[in-house]
Parts: sequence; structure tokens; C-alpha cells
Amino acid sequence: MSGRSPQAVQRDIKEPLLRVDNLSTHFSTRRGRVRAVDGVSLTLERGRALGLVGESGSGKTILSRSIMGLLPTHGVKRGGTVDFQDTTISGLKRKQMRSIWGSEMAMIFQDPMTSLNPLMRIGAQITEPLRIHLGLGRDAARETAIRLLNDVRIPEAERRMCQYPHELSGGMRQRVMIAIAISCGPTLLLADEPTTALDVTVQAQILNLLGEQRRERNMSLILVTHDLGVVAGHTDEVAVMYGGQIVERAPTKTLFANVRMPYTEALLQSIPKISAPSHTRLSVIGGRPPDLVNPPAGCRFAPRCAYAQQRCLDEAPPLTSDGDSSHVFACWYPVGSPTAAVATAGRA
Amino acid sequence: MAGTGHAHLRPIEDVLLRVEDLVVEFPVGRTGLSVHAVSGISLDVLPGETLGIVGESGCGKSTTGRAIMQLPPPTSGSVIFQGQQLTTLDPAAMRAARTQMQIIFQDPISSLNPRRKVREIVAEPLAVWKRGTKAEREARVDRLLEEVGIDPRRAAESQPHQFSGGQCQRISIARALVLDPTLIICDEPVSALDVSVQAQVLNLLEDITAERGLTMIFIAHDLAVVKSISDRVAVMYLGKLCEVAAADALYSAPAHPYTSVLLESIPVPDPTVAAVQSPIEGEPPSPVLPPPGCRFHPRCPVASERCRTEEPQMRQIGADHFVACHHPDLTASVAE
Repeated sequence: MSGRSPQAVQRDIKEPLLRVDNLSTHFSTRRGRVRAVDGVSLTLERGRALGLVGESGSGKTILSRSIMGLLPTHGVKRGGTVDFQDTTISGLKRKQMRSIWGSEMAMIFQDPMTSLNPLMRIGAQITEPLRIHLGLGRDAARETAIRLLNDVRIPEAERRMCQYPHELSGGMRQRVMIAIAISCGPTLLLADEPTTALDVTVQAQILNLLGEQRRERNMSLILVTHDLGVVAGHTDEVAVMYGGQIVERAPTKTLFANVRMPYTEALLQSIPKISAPSHTRLSVIGGRPPDLVNPPAGCRFAPRCAYAQQRCLDEAPPLTSDGDSSHVFACWYPVGSPTAAVATAGRA
Repeated sequence: MAGTGHAHLRPIEDVLLRVEDLVVEFPVGRTGLSVHAVSGISLDVLPGETLGIVGESGCGKSTTGRAIMQLPPPTSGSVIFQGQQLTTLDPAAMRAARTQMQIIFQDPISSLNPRRKVREIVAEPLAVWKRGTKAEREARVDRLLEEVGIDPRRAAESQPHQFSGGQCQRISIARALVLDPTLIICDEPVSALDVSVQAQVLNLLEDITAERGLTMIFIAHDLAVVKSISDRVAVMYLGKLCEVAAADALYSAPAHPYTSVLLESIPVPDPTVAAVQSPIEGEPPSPVLPPPGCRFHPRCPVASERCRTEEPQMRQIGADHFVACHHPDLTASVAE
């Protein structure tokens, strides 16, 4: 057992909980090396929620699993470091990671049916980590489990303990997943598309529950999602991923108020708006996401970008800011800048 | 939410399709119970109109779409398409009627035969019905593939897995259009696609229906997507209709409490809007033992004693706005 030490809870909150530096995850395939995550750096402070947004294949899920150390070792080429609570966890062996998984960092997956064990009762699945990580006895673990089920608003917790996953609805299963994930008091929770499989009314309930538990327990949250609407209401910061890289990152309010990266702008514009009258023409992003075996030489979004110039095709832009250091973007001609206005005017 | 009643139906002479009191039930094993997937729904669609059907999973929206196609035939009720009663047609006549109504499914990859060339998949319906000469058929297939944005030469030598999800959905659209149908039923056609691709496919559907004057039934769970493409929208809950209205009216002045809840639950991509406070608790009950009275009453914020016993009937509250509720919110629709 390795319960979280009380000192860990009282640590200085200014120090980032998680620091990811130049992380890359490449897969060897028959077609060549797929650069699924390619040079990602980010930090996350204690108690904050970071939204990781991108389309399928942008690398958001692989990034979250790379942080957790959940990828197979075979055929995977890694680079960069992950520091978590002053420990470099990127080089740790699976055995060493096991003491961190569950007790220090936990994960919630998209599909609550396949991530729960169909042959184990709900009660057994919640008490298992409590007994292994916290060393609780049978009765104490059972009491804690019932309290956890009440915390995640599952009615008739005692009866649910004796049920199997198939007897619960999708929303209830996701609540059970959350109960298991928070059971050992992790400091970091990774939620990978936690509400994508759920209906919209249930989605609102689950997102509110996650936010509530995060604030109560002072956990950090990484919320991986394709839905910009979900991150808008439930995160402090947002990182937008495209082609295996972070292309824009900012506090949530700043990002939505002042989009700089053309990809983020295009993504926001392609969502049908509930406020727009019916039959409003949607703006589209032409073309397809980059092939991550042979990514474009310059900016990876340049071939689809409405503002792309020659420089974008030749030279990859670094993540930079102009003025506000909390808002970074990878673009030579960011939206709303004088250089962009000059560049696009010159072309038109 | 009961949504029985025909107040929202338009004169039969004007409509292309009319569904009356549609009921679909499936037996649950040997228990003698049944799943009440659709419990007495009435709908109609004008020629050239796009009708959106929205609702949460299990509300019966897909079952409705399939029952219209007689896949499988409904338990009871009538489906009148172009003046023909589909539920009593003999199999040969039904086959002929199906050429006029086509369906596009959610998962574009699994709805295409993985072992065949894409161009053959699109051409097959024409060959089955022996339309025109071989050369005419080929010309038509090429023209259609180009119209949906697929290179016909690539389609002739590639299988579905060599295309992306968005491209496969375009291929499904071409296949649905090849026999020149009058009605297309789209069952969650964009929910498996990324937003940028979703916008491409929605625009394509919009163009195709406008150009050909096609009638469409668009089934989806995403309210914003349904609004963007539909002229009229029907909201379903647990096998019943709640509200039917012109798209803009429904969204600006939702009268049924369930419609309001659905609209309030959507996360808006704007952090200055306060996060959604779960407007209702709980999840839809089981369609095996649906609640009596209005089916929404156990979760409804304004439910009264009457809602528990008496099923509300569809009634008119605006120019093209109908609701099945004992206590509809009429504040906005009066101003309409």
C-alpha cells in the first residue's frame, strides 16, 4: 500500500503538479513511424482543470495515455519527460507506476460498459482499490464505498453495491467509474471523453459532478474531449491539439474571447450554433487532417488553412505569445494580428 | 408527453408521407413483456420539406425511421407514402416502393460492403432495377460520385476501408441517391464524424435536397445539427411525441418542459455563458414499463397530479407549433 502522505496534500499550490516537457510518442507501423504525439509541453497546477481538445487523430487520447504511462512498450518510441509531484514518472517501470495509478493519478474512459468488469459486482470493483491502495479492511472499505456512491449521487447505494454493471444505465455506470477513480484520493484525474457516450441531459449531470468532486477534493483534471462546448463550461484552461501537437493554449475565457490560431477559429466556426437560424450555411475546413507518418514540413495546418502563406508551408511555427504569456499559439500569422492582415491583404 | 393526437397533421392531399398512430413493440425474451419502442406517433412530411426528429437514446427515433421503411413493419398504425398504404403492400410492390425511399445510416463504414469496390456499391441498385443501358448507368454513377465529392476513378479501384469516415458517408449518400428517390431518411448521419467533417456532410445534404427538391427525414440526437438542417422539428421522448414546430419557433420558444430541458443541457462553446446546471435529475425510464399518463412526468419540473394519470393530447399553440403537454410554457409562443 502507498497512501498519499499528508505532506503531499499540503504542498505549495504554486508549484505545478504536472510538468510535461517535449513529450513525444511515435508508433512503429508497416507504413513507417506514426508521430501520434510530437513534442508536447504543458504544465498543470494543483486543483486546475485543463481541457485537451482536438478532432480524431489529433493525439489527445495518446497524449493523456502517455502521461499516465498506459501505452504498451512494444513498437512505441517515446521522448521527453513527465514530472508529476517532483518525481519523473516517464521512465518508471510498470511495477513502480502501479503505486501511482489509482492512488495518485486516475483515469476515466469514454465507454463505461467496457471499462468496468462485467463479471464483478459494483461493490467489489469499488472496494478493490480501497483495500489494495489504502489498506482498508473489509468493513471499512465497504463503508467508504457506500459513501463514495452517495458522493456521486447514486441512489440506493447499498443495493447498487450488489449489482453488476449491466444492471445500471450508461449514466450510472459513468458515476461508478468516477467513484472508483476518486476512491483513493488522486491528485490528478484524467477523463478521456467521459460524456461522449451519454445523452445530453445526462452529460450535463456528469460534467457537473466531475467539477464538484474536483473542487471538493482539490484535484487537477485533464478533460480530453472533441467538444468545444464541454471545455467552455468546465475547464480553467484549454489546449487545442492538431496533428499531434498543441497549436494553441490559453485560459478558457481568453481562448474563446480571443482566438489566435486559425485552426481553433475554423473549428469553432464549423460547429452548428443553436442560436443561428435554421439552414444557416456552415463554414467548413477543407481537406483532411495531416498524415502523421509524413507530416507537412511547415505548419501542419497550413495545407487546410485559409490564411496560409509561403512561410507557413516551409517553416514550422513555434508556440509563442504576444504580450500575454498565458496565451500561446503556433502560427506565423495569428488571427487579428497586423502581420496576418498584411499577409492576407497582399494575397487578395 | 404523451403525444397522441393528430392536431399537428396537415391535409393528406398536401403531404408526401403521413404516419398515423405508429406503434412498434418488441418482445422481451419469453417474459411476455414488450419494449414499447414507439407508442402511437403521428407525423407527416410535405414534399421538399426536411423534418428533423430529435430525442435521447432509446426514445424511438431510429425505430420510427425504420418502421416508415417497413424495416421491420410496425406493430400497428399506418404509413401512407405517395398515397400508398405501405403496411399492407405485398412484397413485390413494397420492393418497388422502396426505390422511392432510401435510408442513410450512422456508421458509414459498416453500412458499406467491405469486400466490394465503392463504384460497384453505388452502381448496384441501378443494375438490380435494370435502369437504362450499361453505359447510361455508368455515366450516372460517375456523375453522382463527382457530385458528392468522390473521384470516380479512385472509387472504381478502392474498397470502403480505403476511404475516411466522411468520404464513406458521401459514398452512402451517392448510393441512396442513385435510384432518384423522393424521400431520404437519414439516421444519425453525422454523429460518427468530427465537427469539421460533419459540417462538410451537412452542407452536402443541404445542397442535394435543395437542388433536387428532395424530402428528408433527419434523425439525430444533436439539437444544433437538427436545427441547422430542418424546416420542421419533432421532439420525441420514450416512444411519444412532445412537440412539433417549425425549426426556428421550436428553438426560440420551446413550450414543452422536455424541449426546454434538452435545450438547456447543451454545452455552449462560450465560457461567458454560465455552465449548465443539470436541469433535470435522473435518466429516461425503461420503455418496457413506461410510466402512465404523460411519460415525462417522473422527471418533469412542472408535473401535476393530472400528468400522472391523463395522457396529454397534441394541440396547437402557434402558427406551426404544436405541443402535447398539460402545462406548456406559453410565455414565448404568445409573442410569436
